[in-house]
Amino acid sequence: MAFFGFAHGVHPPEEKELTSGLPIRRMPFPDELVLPLRQHAGKPATLCVKVGDKVERGDPIGLADGFMSVPIHASAAGTVTAIDWWPHPDGTMAQAVHIAVDKYAPQVPRPRLVPRWEGLTVDEVVKAVQSAGVVGLGGAAFPTHVKLAPPKDFTVHTLIVNGAECEPYLTSDHRTMVEYPERVHFGCRIMMHTLGVKKAVIGVEKNKPDAIAALERTKPKDLDITIMPLTVKYPQGAEKMLIQSVTGVEVPSGKLPVSVGVVVQNVGSLAAVAEVFDTGLPLIERIVTVTGHGLRRPANLIVPVGTKLKDLLTYCDGITADAAEVIIGGPMMGLSQANLEAPVIKGTTGVVVLASHETRGETVYPCIHCGRCLDACPVFLNPSWLGDLARVKRYDDMAEFHLADCMLCGSCSYVCPSNIPLSQLFQASKVMLRRAQQAGAA
Amino acid sequence: MIANKLIVTASPHVKSVDSTPRIMWTVAASLVPVIAASAFFFGISALLVIFAATLGALLTERLLGRPLSLRDGSAMITGLLLGLCLPPGIPMWMAFLGGAFGIGFGKVIWGGLGQNGFNPALIGRAFLQTAFPVAITTWPKPGGNFFALKGDLFAFPFMHPVSDVVTSATPLGLFKFEKLPTPLLDLVLGTTGGSVGETSAIIIILCGVFLAWKGYLNWRSPVSIVVTVFLLGGLLHLINPAKAPDALFMVFSGGLMLGAVYMATDMVTVPTTNKGRWVFGIGTGVLVVVIRVYGGLPEGVMYAILIMNAFTPLINNFTQPAVFGTRTLKEAK
Repeated sequence: MAFFGFAHGVHPPEEKELTSGLPIRRMPFPDELVLPLRQHAGKPATLCVKVGDKVERGDPIGLADGFMSVPIHASAAGTVTAIDWWPHPDGTMAQAVHIAVDKYAPQVPRPRLVPRWEGLTVDEVVKAVQSAGVVGLGGAAFPTHVKLAPPKDFTVHTLIVNGAECEPYLTSDHRTMVEYPERVHFGCRIMMHTLGVKKAVIGVEKNKPDAIAALERTKPKDLDITIMPLTVKYPQGAEKMLIQSVTGVEVPSGKLPVSVGVVVQNVGSLAAVAEVFDTGLPLIERIVTVTGHGLRRPANLIVPVGTKLKDLLTYCDGITADAAEVIIGGPMMGLSQANLEAPVIKGTTGVVVLASHETRGETVYPCIHCGRCLDACPVFLNPSWLGDLARVKRYDDMAEFHLADCMLCGSCSYVCPSNIPLSQLFQASKVMLRRAQQAGAA
Repeated sequence: MIANKLIVTASPHVKSVDSTPRIMWTVAASLVPVIAASAFFFGISALLVIFAATLGALLTERLLGRPLSLRDGSAMITGLLLGLCLPPGIPMWMAFLGGAFGIGFGKVIWGGLGQNGFNPALIGRAFLQTAFPVAITTWPKPGGNFFALKGDLFAFPFMHPVSDVVTSATPLGLFKFEKLPTPLLDLVLGTTGGSVGETSAIIIILCGVFLAWKGYLNWRSPVSIVVTVFLLGGLLHLINPAKAPDALFMVFSGGLMLGAVYMATDMVTVPTTNKGRWVFGIGTGVLVVVIRVYGGLPEGVMYAILIMNAFTPLINNFTQPAVFGTRTLKEAK
């Protein structure tokens, strides 16, 4: 299969060597876990416990509210001590369940909560994946089972697995592929069966040769799985860019990947699906890269969902005197944290602590129309122009210039020599536009 | 854990090292070899003219511009470039006035850096061309004593400058009015009459290559200008050798190199899109040849670029990139 590649994009410093060689280790349970009921795209889970309840590891504390939702499970045995509104990694407050972890509970495997995979029908697999609370672990936390049940009027021919991990610093997917390649392939088998596709392609950026080698070594003989090395370029892991790199096809503007016959799943989600069916426990922990030049001891950790950032950073010997910014996710698209009480949730790929010299300066210069953002934008927008429109609040004109196609990858802001917060302007403009449309509809 | 010193910003949280002042100051620094060459050919007069033009530009920016706007380095570039496209014998007060006019009417009045429609250095020069047509077309001979003044540089404002310096016509003027060719080697090295900085093509090309390698200069417009001038000039020369000089002469004479490398690449006043930069360059090249061959003036780079500056918004409009996911659909239709 030929490598097609996508045009444009940027090359931020990778900084992955901080953690790319560190084996995944398990972090001990913290004293308290905080589990927001909204950890995924779609409807938040509905609460199903009350203060004082004893929960076992893997018990549901929130139930799925419809098809576009997944349940939330207790990531450790303990007692529900409070249900309140708590800082969420996205900067808002969210309803959350506090669990005081029982230090003397065995926290051991228990009777299966998820059935074995063998012999399940397609619908049963989809249902099991939903009830296990599996979401996309690449950051967006889109419910995995929804992608496994594409609309019937589309034919899916290829499963594309996203192992690009193009965000700087992050290595959780990298380590997953190196250490658990069988799990990735097992997850791939389950998903190919469920989607009814014969072909799968795992795209991995070339800066992870050990991951490519591990996946090649463990490739099952009976499945058509291709491991495709990809150019190291941001945003290689963006869904539409990855599809173009792997298949050469551009997903039409405004359409879903399924319209060109592909479904994209993150490599971490594959491993999670495999683990869920393997152990019988729902998704209650995930692999998180804790790293950055502002952190004393970077690591790749298996972290119970609901661990507070401050506990996580303390376990990594804390932040340095030079630390300036704590980010959940990668430095290109991640969210800066104002409150270290916020917990790790299912979509937390990494926690990056930037040192002060790495952060953006405050001085913004006028746009000099150098055109670097045009050469960076992977979806061929004119960020310079859109930025001018955003500053005079001409949101309708921005919509005409394809604001909806912007995926907020941040490439334009990254290259802008005048330090104009283009990506931020576009995000705000999208919100303003949505509000205006809602007001118009009402 | 000291959380109260952490900052919160919108993504992306990291940024490439290039900044607008860094680009501007690097471009300004890249003019040093060009200035050194002009000092070599015209002596101290060249330096005095550049100094006066730059002083005029910087003072005006400081007085009228936004606070701290001197730091971004763009006024410095304007001043240096204006100085480089004036004759070495022009009175210093005129050069100063040109710099002040270029920044004041070419940039500040539009809203400062990034807002101006026309290249401020060329606005300054166009003003001087209109106001002092004699002084700006008096070309002293290069060479001679380094400290010998090439004209009445210290003339008082609005006094008639007294000039007893040996003058010479520029190669373009020589060809246009006296049908005399100039050897190509003289053109490439710069041992000809002309503006302060438009003499040594080879040094300007080297500086341009350096800037393009650093990524501070988009090579598309200079390359398309040079290629267009070469092809169109060559074609006209084939048709009528008496009227049009040969293609290499066209490319290496006059202010073409300075204009192509340093003025047709001014990010503010040329199109933003790469496609647009090709259009801009081809248009400029055509205008340069047309003015040089058919116009009343021997040289046309300044007006060619200014005219194309006026077309920049229109070119931008017609060369917008096609959005991802719409191109293949168009091809399929």
